[in-house]
Formats: sequence, C-alpha cells, structure tokens
Amino acid sequence: MARAVTTQRKVTNTVIAWGVGLLIFFPILWTILTSFKTEAQAISDPPLFLFFDWTLENYAIVQERSDYMRFLWNSVIIAGGSTVLGLVVAVPAAWSMAFVPSRRTKDVLLWMLSTKMLPAVGVLYPIYLIFIRLGLLDTRGGLVIVIMLINLPIIVWMLYTYFREIPGEILEAARMDGAGLREEILYVLTPMAVPGIASTLLLNFILAWNEAFWTLNLTAATSAPLTAFIASYSSPEGLFYAKLSAASTMAIAPILVLGWFSQKQLVRGLTFGAVK
Amino acid sequence: MLQKTVLSAASVLALAAGTASAQTITIATVNNGDMIRMQGLTNHFTDETGIEVEWVTLEENVLRQRVTQDIATNGGQFDIMTIGMYETPIWAAQDWLVPLDDLPDSYDADDILPAMRAGLSHDGTLYAAPFYGESSMVMYRTDLMEEAGLEMPDAPTWSFIAEAAEAMTDRDNEIYGICLRGKAGWGENMAFITTVANSFGARWFNEDWEPQLDTPEWQEAVTFYNDLIQNYGPPGASTNGFNENLSLFQQGKCGMWIDATVAASFVTNPDESTVADSVGFALAPNREGIDKRANWLWAWALAIPAGTAQEDAAKQFINWATSKEYLALVAETEGWANVPPGSRTSLYENPTYLEAAPFAKMTLESIRAADPTEPTVDPVPYVGIQYVAIPEWAGIGTTAGQEFSAMVAGQQTPEEALDRAQTLVAEEMEAAGY
Repeated sequence: MARAVTTQRKVTNTVIAWGVGLLIFFPILWTILTSFKTEAQAISDPPLFLFFDWTLENYAIVQERSDYMRFLWNSVIIAGGSTVLGLVVAVPAAWSMAFVPSRRTKDVLLWMLSTKMLPAVGVLYPIYLIFIRLGLLDTRGGLVIVIMLINLPIIVWMLYTYFREIPGEILEAARMDGAGLREEILYVLTPMAVPGIASTLLLNFILAWNEAFWTLNLTAATSAPLTAFIASYSSPEGLFYAKLSAASTMAIAPILVLGWFSQKQLVRGLTFGAVK
Repeated sequence: MLQKTVLSAASVLALAAGTASAQTITIATVNNGDMIRMQGLTNHFTDETGIEVEWVTLEENVLRQRVTQDIATNGGQFDIMTIGMYETPIWAAQDWLVPLDDLPDSYDADDILPAMRAGLSHDGTLYAAPFYGESSMVMYRTDLMEEAGLEMPDAPTWSFIAEAAEAMTDRDNEIYGICLRGKAGWGENMAFITTVANSFGARWFNEDWEPQLDTPEWQEAVTFYNDLIQNYGPPGASTNGFNENLSLFQQGKCGMWIDATVAASFVTNPDESTVADSVGFALAPNREGIDKRANWLWAWALAIPAGTAQEDAAKQFINWATSKEYLALVAETEGWANVPPGSRTSLYENPTYLEAAPFAKMTLESIRAADPTEPTVDPVPYVGIQYVAIPEWAGIGTTAGQEFSAMVAGQQTPEEALDRAQTLVAEEMEAAGY
C-alpha cells in the first residue's frame, strides 16, 4: 500500500530533486552556453550567463575546420558495432551462468570483473604492438573489438542479473514443448528480458561513445571518432574555450538526444528486478 | 548466409582500400593558431604537388604521448610529426628521425635562426624544421607603469621587476603586479622556474649529473619566485598556467606577465584583449651581475619518423611549410601579423613585418639571447634552457613541479619544496642509471 505523502513533502522533494539535477547538469549547460559566446565573452569575468550577444560563429568555424560527419559516423559505427557484438557474445554467456551454473560460475564472474581493475594504460603497449602486427591500427574494426572487450564484463554482469530474475521453470516449460537451445534463448528468454537487454544496450552504447582512452590512442586520421574531434580543439597555448565548447556540444548532442528519448527504458531497465 | 556476409564485407573493405590510392600523407599536430592556419592553406600545397594531406590534431600532452608511442613501436601512423625542441635531439639520438640535411638549396636552411637550428639539431645535423619559435619575455601594462611613475627598461633586472610589481599591485581593484605560472608540469611551472634558476646562476645538474637543487642559488631563485607570486600575484596562482594567465592579462588584471613571446600577438589583439593598446615588451629579467637572462627557447617543428613509406612526399611538405614562400603566402592571405614567428632570419629583416608586429623586435632579441647549448652560468652536461634534454626530464620535471606548485599554494616552504625535489630527483636519476 502506498504511503500517504503530504503536498508539502512532495514540493520539498521536487525542489531538491530539481536542484540536484540542475547541479549535475550545470557543467553541460555551461558548455552549451559558452559555445554561443565569442572567445572574449567566454573568458569574461564576472562570467556572462544569459545576457550576451549569442553567436553561431564558433559552430561555423568548427564546421569549416573539421569534417564533423566523418567523426560522427565513426562514433556511431564504433559504439554501435561494439555494443551489438558485445551482446552477441554476452547473451549466451549470461544465459549459461544464470540457468546452468557450475561450481566455478561465481569465480568466472569475479574474474571477468577483475579485468576492469587493471588501468587501461597498463596494456596500451601490448595492444598497440598487436594492432601493428594485425594491421588494425586506425581501423574501425579494431576499435569495435577492443571496446567490445572492455565493456564485455559489464554487459555480462548486467545481463546475468536480469536473467536471474527470470524463473527457470518458464525455460523448462519451453524445453518440454520441444524448443531447442536456440529457440529457447531467441523466442522465450530474450523477449522476457527485453527491458534488461535494452538498458544494457543503451548503457553500453553511451560508455562506448564516451570512451576516450583507446579511441584516442589507436586512431589517427581515418577512424577517429568524436572523442578525437573534441581533443583536437583543446589548446594549452591559446584561448579557444568557445570553439572547444562548440565542438563538445556537437559531440555530445547525439547521445544527449538518444538519452532523452530512451530515459524511460533506461530507468526501467536499471531498476528491473528491484521490486518484486 | 554467413559466407555471403563475409563476401560482401570483403568487397566493402576492398572498395574502401581502392579509394585511398592517391598519395596521402598524415600529419600529427597541435592545436594552436599557426598550425590551424597551416591546415587552412594546405590546399595550396596539394595544388602544387598533387599530394593530399590528412591532419590529426591533438592536445599537446596527448600528442606527445601518442607520437612517442607510435615512433617507439614503429607504428607508422604518421608521415610527419609536430614535435618540440625537447624531443628532437633525444629522438634523433635514437635514430627515430629522418635527417633533414638534403633539403634543396632554395630552402635556404642557413636562414633558420641559429638558436633554433642549434636546438633542433643532433651532432650538427638538422632533424626537425622549425615551424614557429618562441622565447619568453616581460609583457607589461604601459598605463599602469606610468601611473606608478616607473619606466620599464628594455633589459630589466629582477629587483626592478619586484619593485614594479609592488608599485602596480592594487588588490582592492583586483590588479596584481605580476602573473606567473604556478601550475605543475615540466612544460608549465618548471619551464618558468628553471629559467629563473638559470638567471640566478643555478643549474639542474653538475657535470657528474648530480642534482643541484640544494645549492644556495636554487634557494635564492625559488624564494624570490615564491615571494613575487605570494606578495604581488593573483589568488590561486598555483593552478595558473599559460592560458589562465593569458586570460587574466587580457582582462587587465596583471601589471606584468613573463611568458612565451607568442602571447604577444594575443594580448595585442583588440578582438580578444581589453588592454590591447597599452602593452609593452621587455627582455626577460636577470639578476645584477649575472649575464644569463630568464628567457627560454622553444620551437614547434616538423619531423619525419624513420621508417615512413612516404619520406619524399613528407620532405616536400616540410620544404613547403617551413619555407620563406610559406611565410609570404600567410602574409598575403592572412596579413603579416599572423605570420608564424621565430623561425627565419629573413622575416626579421622585412620592414613590412616589423611594422605590422610591434612585438617582433623584442621576440627576435629574446630568441637571440637564448643559447640552449650553454644555458647556465656554470657548465652543465645537458642541452636545453627551460628543460633538460634527457628522456627522464618529463618525469623529473613534473615531480619537482608538483612540489613547487604545492609551495605556491602555501602547503610548504621553499626550503621544504627544494629539499623534497632534490631527494626525488636524485632517486629518479639513480634509478635511471646516471
């Protein structure tokens, strides 16, 4: 039964929630605002909040200087490719761990997570050398694989927790009705786990989109995604904050829009199984 | 089904490879005004030679790590790398770079400023061609100096700088006598502190590679720097680097700023700077009786990694981008004030340039006053003015920089900072086998 909530309490909670939300969102808002200022306004002190001459010149300069669409396309392929590939590997893995666990399942799960404990830079040189040998440097395919591997533990863990919420009896019933392993996973398990899979997909797409270590280190001219696009506007000798902000805004815009439209799905997936 | 997919994937890849057959060179570079201008003018090079150019622009620290990793592993991602004066002799000694000793006569390598040539050579051979060069100098507010009743000499001493800083400081109106670098990093605060040390007669190492931070010269230099910044500097100076001080100066909050000569074109640009018409320039200071000044020497230069398959095309590009003709091209399209400074003698003999760039004379004199092969009063085993050209320097400089930044933040005294820096540097040098 729901608890009775007084109006006053509702108002307080709403105000606090909005306050925290705005605080977290403020750096992004500030970046967006700065992108519409001139370089001189961007550094002015006291800072200008809303009342300045809004200009699109930074966007024009960024457009002229860089091939935004190429970076965007690379980001879409790398983030999308690694997420889809990750799911293809992780769904069967999570299925086996959730429904036919062995004595070692818990250890395997922990071991997988342990690969996230090593700082990425620790394996930079080995991976770089392997990439040279395999001719994968500065290719989208190489990045799809590396980023998939990096996110794989998270994908498996998330899917594993969702799958555990699904009663094994339903799968058993499907098997009794003559479903093979493929049908069982594809037609019975997957539809039931759609909210979980969707939120895993979204979260990993966002993680892959924002990944800025491997994407900067393993790319050069042809396969560089939006992270490299932002990095190219950072300057230690010269004040280009407004242009940098414009580049950042252009880089986060697609993911911001995606997040906005899918927030319901994301929240539902992340809290899936929390309430019985 | 699977076979079909593999086949179509293969044909897509083949198509992608086919389109890349025209000769293309890839250049790694930093994001600064001069480099961006060069990217904009590249089509002139392509029209002349038919060679396409791909740019990979990165933030300075990322670039440094990225190109080092690529050259050390022979990754072959870049045909030309933008590197600094610090890397050039070290990489040349490792045979990582293609010598630039066979550029055509029309290139006129003798026209390159001697100090730049010295810093970008190894055993007398040029390994990187300077795209632009800089030293450091005093930039000051002529109006505030006048109000204070002082006149800046062309070659000030440290005591004069301290006197002027005191006279100009007006904390109530947020005007600080002097803005200096405090942010930790070998290329940030340590570049500046090392030049102060040089001008106080100190040196990083003696001829046996023993760290000298425990000497009275270092003690005096660091105490002086700390006093200046604490008494007449802006609040929060321990996190100020080039960009932060540039921003403060442009907003009229600094009486003086000692930093890279390249800043002169920013602070005199009326579109960005509120004090554009009241900036004067002077040589970096020295201490009475010591003939080394606190000015550094730096160049961003273009170099070709050994092992590139496109050495000829890369050389053609360097020949174009660092030539006299390129300077003329920039002048024609963007105006003389935007020509990359500090690389060629002929530029400073050009009256049109000298008129368009009020800071040109002082830039040239500052560069001339810098000698990377003899940076200190006492002899040293290393090359480099605001850095020590050994691979360990990036680590050592950054470790020591953190101690001095903590000192500026008020967390420790100059004695403590020097003491700890000396210990850390000695440990690192011993571990490196010196």
